[in-house]
Amino acid sequence: MSEILEITLRTIHISATATLLATLWSIPIGSLIALKNFPTKQLIKSIFNALMGMPTVALGLILYLLLSSSGPLGSVNILFTPLAIIIGQALLITPILISLTTNALETIDPEIKDLARTLGASETETSLTILAEAKAGVVLALIASFTRAFAELGVALSVGANLRGGTRILTTAIAMEVQRGQIQHSLTLTAILLTIVFATTITTNLIQTRRRT
Amino acid sequence: MRKTNLLWITALIVVVVGSVAGTALYIKAFSKERLMISTTTSLFDTGLLDLIETQFESEYPIDLNFISVGTGLAITHAQRGDADLILVHSPTQETHFLVQGYGLCRKIIAYNYFAIIGPNEDPAKINGLTDTSQALSKIVEAGRNQQASWMSRGDDSGTHTKEKQLWAEADYNWTQIRNEDWYQETGTGMGGTLKTANQFQAYTLTDMGTYLAYYKEGIINLKPHVTQAEQLLNVYSAIVTNKTLHHNVNFDGAITFIKYLVSAEGQQIIADYGKSEYGQSLFHPAVTLLKENTDPTTAQWIKDYAYFDGNECPPQYWNDHPELYQ
Repeated sequence: MSEILEITLRTIHISATATLLATLWSIPIGSLIALKNFPTKQLIKSIFNALMGMPTVALGLILYLLLSSSGPLGSVNILFTPLAIIIGQALLITPILISLTTNALETIDPEIKDLARTLGASETETSLTILAEAKAGVVLALIASFTRAFAELGVALSVGANLRGGTRILTTAIAMEVQRGQIQHSLTLTAILLTIVFATTITTNLIQTRRRT
Repeated sequence: MRKTNLLWITALIVVVVGSVAGTALYIKAFSKERLMISTTTSLFDTGLLDLIETQFESEYPIDLNFISVGTGLAITHAQRGDADLILVHSPTQETHFLVQGYGLCRKIIAYNYFAIIGPNEDPAKINGLTDTSQALSKIVEAGRNQQASWMSRGDDSGTHTKEKQLWAEADYNWTQIRNEDWYQETGTGMGGTLKTANQFQAYTLTDMGTYLAYYKEGIINLKPHVTQAEQLLNVYSAIVTNKTLHHNVNFDGAITFIKYLVSAEGQQIIADYGKSEYGQSLFHPAVTLLKENTDPTTAQWIKDYAYFDGNECPPQYWNDHPELYQ
């Protein structure tokens, strides 16, 4: 039982950290794409949209080859550690965060931007105003990213390797128990995974709707 | 509105603090001496290595980490310097691995037998045969008459390599029969292949450990038809990654672990594993058998199958550890 708890906490931690890390660059990039006009805007949006469908096993393989001892980043020595999974998941969800953020900001009435400017807001302040207006969409982007990271298998297996007490997370443990023929264990872990996914989504919804009441 | 913002900010602080604290914990945890072992799924999936890990870690300050993959990927991990030690069961691939200079200090640790399993009704009539070549030719015959089919791992694993050898011994050209209708490849691990074979009620080659686990759980109902033949011998070895190729290899840790595996204690764990759960041992210890020739027939089978240059590891690969072979 304590092993299941350990795996669950590790999974939450890894995916939450990955989401946080990806937020650091994805929200600014997403805002830039949404609020600025530049010639390659549509092309860049298309690229990030396409990358949302990146197969996790493909990204996992690329990262394994990069982080492997014989790979270009081998000297960093983080292959088969939770750090490798965090970075992998952060990269995996970056296109989702960027695309959904861009989308959320673009739906905000452009007049708000003009209004903020007229009231003397700087460029950054204007962006923050629009971000605040688009909060619901940005939160959705964060939740979608977190759950995608939380439920992915390919990256965690390739760069984490499902090490007991080290990099074993819910999805890799489910895959392992299925492989071992322990269907009952797999179902228990699956139930935990789904419960957390639902709990996250429902809690966020509750907090969001409070605002309207 | 204000209350909502407060909730968000609290959530954010919790996430940030939790993330940073957890990450710091990982960095600390991984500064401990780590031994990475890439292993064939058939050893790992039975749970044997979990037991060995618990015992070993209670006696040595080394953190064992098992990566469960097929023999093919295990060898790739070692070649790239991502594993310190491999546990595999494919003598031809192992020989190649040593000769190419990637591995050192090979040690045979255990053996068991593969089995040819298939539907209970046994449409190819192979039950009880002791010659795999004869059994396979009957399966081919039944397959060509559309009465039976064969499911192959098709993934370059140790089991798949064994299967190809068996076809060759039975005088079939594997590259040719794999294109016939009755022959199918799953490209997945042993578990996936067993489930697919069960779905189509096909014959397949399996290791006994995975088979028993699946059979006991009621996931499959296929029955073993050919077992314990010399041609079905399955020999497991440990090989250390060559430290001169990859400087980060934990060579001393790997030697310590091999010595534990071949010690009386390690061999006893292997001998006992599975008895209480399946009523039979899943693996048989090989060290005493080979050293003292306690069972000359089996010892000779192992030597014929898994030795090369008349040795489990020719002296040029001993790397100053002759004590492993005395």
